[in-house]
Amino acid sequence: MDLSRLEQLTDNEWRINPFGAMRVPGIVYADADLIRGMDDKVYEQIVNVATLPGIIKASYAMPDAHWGYGFPIGGVAAFDAAQGGVVSAGGVGFDISCGVRTLTTGLTRSDIEAHKESLADALFTAIPAGLGSTGTLRLSKPEMQAMLTGGARWAVSQGYGYQDDLQYSEEHGCMPGALAEEVSQQAKRRQRDEMGTLGSGNHYLEVQHVIAIYDRKAAQAYGLHENDIVVSIHCGSRGLGHQIGTEFLKSMAIAAHRYGIELPDRELACAPINSPLGESYLGAMRAGINCALANRQILTHLARRAFECVVPKAELDVLYDVSHNTCKEEEHVVEGKSMQLFVHRKGATRALGPGHADLPEAFRATGQPVLIGGSMGTASYILAGLPQSGRCSFASACHGAGRAMSRRKATKQWHGRQVIDDLSTRGILIRSHSCRGVAEEAPGAYKDVNAVVDTAEQAGLARKVVKLAPVICVKG
Amino acid sequence: MPQQRTWEHFEHQADIGIRGTGATLSEAFEQAACAMTAVITDPDVVRATRAVEIRCEAGDRELLLLDWLNAIVYEMAVQHMLFSRFEVQIDGQRLSGCAWGEAIDIARHQPAVEVKGATFTELSVAQDDGGHWIAQCIVDV
Repeated sequence: MDLSRLEQLTDNEWRINPFGAMRVPGIVYADADLIRGMDDKVYEQIVNVATLPGIIKASYAMPDAHWGYGFPIGGVAAFDAAQGGVVSAGGVGFDISCGVRTLTTGLTRSDIEAHKESLADALFTAIPAGLGSTGTLRLSKPEMQAMLTGGARWAVSQGYGYQDDLQYSEEHGCMPGALAEEVSQQAKRRQRDEMGTLGSGNHYLEVQHVIAIYDRKAAQAYGLHENDIVVSIHCGSRGLGHQIGTEFLKSMAIAAHRYGIELPDRELACAPINSPLGESYLGAMRAGINCALANRQILTHLARRAFECVVPKAELDVLYDVSHNTCKEEEHVVEGKSMQLFVHRKGATRALGPGHADLPEAFRATGQPVLIGGSMGTASYILAGLPQSGRCSFASACHGAGRAMSRRKATKQWHGRQVIDDLSTRGILIRSHSCRGVAEEAPGAYKDVNAVVDTAEQAGLARKVVKLAPVICVKG
Repeated sequence: MPQQRTWEHFEHQADIGIRGTGATLSEAFEQAACAMTAVITDPDVVRATRAVEIRCEAGDRELLLLDWLNAIVYEMAVQHMLFSRFEVQIDGQRLSGCAWGEAIDIARHQPAVEVKGATFTELSVAQDDGGHWIAQCIVDV
């Protein structure tokens, strides 16, 4: 992205002043280097989002922003229904509620060193991953209905985990306002064999260890210490979410002109929040969120069973569960006024600051854990929401490193076998059914997560709590 | 000048672009479907033994391409199949087609990624100067 097209406000905040059909400015939270590394398409997409009806304050891009569908990945935009605001299927994406759940284990690095290979094998066997994998659950119609309405709460009621798991999750494990009847038969059929599966692409289950602590007090509140082993699960709503995204993107693109919406890009497909199509999508999307929450809850149960077999003293407790592809109705203060807004986070993570009522009591003084996935060869981070993030970005932060290179280029540059062997010499065990899939996910194909996270902190979006390094990675 | 009846991939940062070219619109659609399979696995290792019929109808050629590709994505997901041979007939706004393939064999096919859906990004169905049809879009993986 050409820096000269942006007005620099601070080292980490840049503005695209409104022009043409833009109703609000664009705001990019990134340093100069990260911006230079961003595709020009990101600029175009930030601008396009800023033209949508009812948008409030700004069209935001996070430090890891890259070319997406309509919205940039790493895009945040909030809309006021009362001002004709829209909800966009493109602003949520094809993997509704893709997110990360991190679990503490009570183990340290030295506890698992001797068992690494066995643990990697146990997890690889226990966790259905990759295309063609199927889960063991087959939901009946009433069970599907219950899952789409109940989310992780439903999963716990079926024996996948504990009540205590639920409070350590956005929405306490269950998204209100889900309308299972707005989810098509095809979407439900597509999900039938996929409950409790990891998916593929950039999805993973990773065993990680804490290698650095930046904020001791926050780390303590989160129950994290140096050398602790944690487990992070990155996946979303599987086939159900993908099908909902596919169907509503099309119906919203077709209906747009009927609602008087000029779409600069069909992928921005949206509908007024207060419209039958908008309400239908919101109901279906919230059901999709529940599907993702249920899915990560079932995977938690499978991970617990795998650990039990290899390291019986492990106790896997949910640290937190975040989603980074959603549209949520939230209260935010804008120019001194409290507003109910529909906040789209597309490849961006909610980052509630300290004191927020939605946080579990144990985290209220600290702020929300923000779980940032890196690449399998580098690092991941746990951040905490900052008091000012509400003002900066509707309490949103980045979600990961973001890709620096296309999948095609990555497979030309790396071979999966080589990547696996290289990581193995560094003590990182990769388990995957696909060598090409591993090449596409090679560490070098991703941006520098350290730079992304440092910028997020300097921009006031979230602060660093701990850094995690991979030990075992089960890839989809 | 593009050769008749070919497929290729093109660049997208997070996902993959698929492109089918043909002397006719139908051929371009068939090739685009091959390109989509190639995102997942080498089409040559997918045996075309079982047929699945697909019918769709859409208001314009580009929406028709999306419907065709997304119908294949759906069949792959619910039938647990991969497809390597496609036959398409387009009559105005209607497409009737057939996809031939086999059950996914993880060891033999080594599927790299799952296609979540075909998107509006870089979506285009048009003829080039030589009259060849080119059908393309980005698929989300």
